[in-house]
Amino acid sequence: MQDNNHHDEHHIGYSTYLLVWISLVAFTSITVSVAGLNLGEYTLAVALTIAAIKSALVINIFMHIKFEDPIFKVFLGISGFTLLVIFTLTFFDYFYR
Amino acid sequence: MSNHSAEISGHVHRDDVGARMGMWLFLFTELLLFGGMFLIYAVYRHEYIDQFRVAALSLNPAIGAINTIILLTSSLTVALSIAALQKGNKQLSIMLLVMTNILAFAFMVNKFFEWSEKINHGLFPGSEAMLNLPDGQILFFGLYYTMTGLHALHVIIGLVFISIVLGFILTGSVNKDSYVKLENAGLYWHLVDLIWIFLFPLFYLIQ
Repeated sequence: MQDNNHHDEHHIGYSTYLLVWISLVAFTSITVSVAGLNLGEYTLAVALTIAAIKSALVINIFMHIKFEDPIFKVFLGISGFTLLVIFTLTFFDYFYR
Repeated sequence: MSNHSAEISGHVHRDDVGARMGMWLFLFTELLLFGGMFLIYAVYRHEYIDQFRVAALSLNPAIGAINTIILLTSSLTVALSIAALQKGNKQLSIMLLVMTNILAFAFMVNKFFEWSEKINHGLFPGSEAMLNLPDGQILFFGLYYTMTGLHALHVIIGLVFISIVLGFILTGSVNKDSYVKLENAGLYWHLVDLIWIFLFPLFYLIQ
């Protein structure tokens, strides 16, 4: 019976969560106000960059990935990479059809 | 699973890391499910870039923004609820989960009014008004209903999931020393939040 339950030695405090929430709300207001500007082609890139930053915050802190065993990060990396490959191959096909 | 033998032997045999890993593996399948839809969105948005922009004008960014804040806040309350239970504060943990459910409900109420308004204008999949639109706009609204609809279904499932765990906390089977079920409900809820983080700018903010 190995003790496999000691993961959460690193308990996150209330204030960290609050801080993450404040940054998430701040990034949301940035996305909304940036969408008002006319950035042309960069609109999508800016929106996706901000969404990616917000996701990183949620995944690392709210979902505790930062404090999980490395194998969790490997899995996450593989699934993210799989999605990237699917997108790349599809667009490759779409553009050169 | 092995609670009965645990009671007899006096030693709780469980694997929290394994339980969380199982949840994460499930979340990856969800990622691929939504990923496929985002892929369809990406290709068609590229093909009908102007019509997507025109169609998106009929969505209300304010409602989208309010729902974003609601979901982000509900993610905070569920994360705080886990922290509270870890510290042994059962009362606070329960209160925060109830708040999470209220926020989830508020999200659905907003969604209801948003969809009703569209449907009252005759804009829903298969309707005459929609089929008379140009192809790109039909695709936009089709994707809008499918993706936000599937997301809303996840919100409802999350609400039920959290309510069940809330019941476990009340009966004491999820407690200060054993709270992996609450963690997994939280993980599911954060995924719902994550998907919305992408849906919001892609549908509401492309004018």
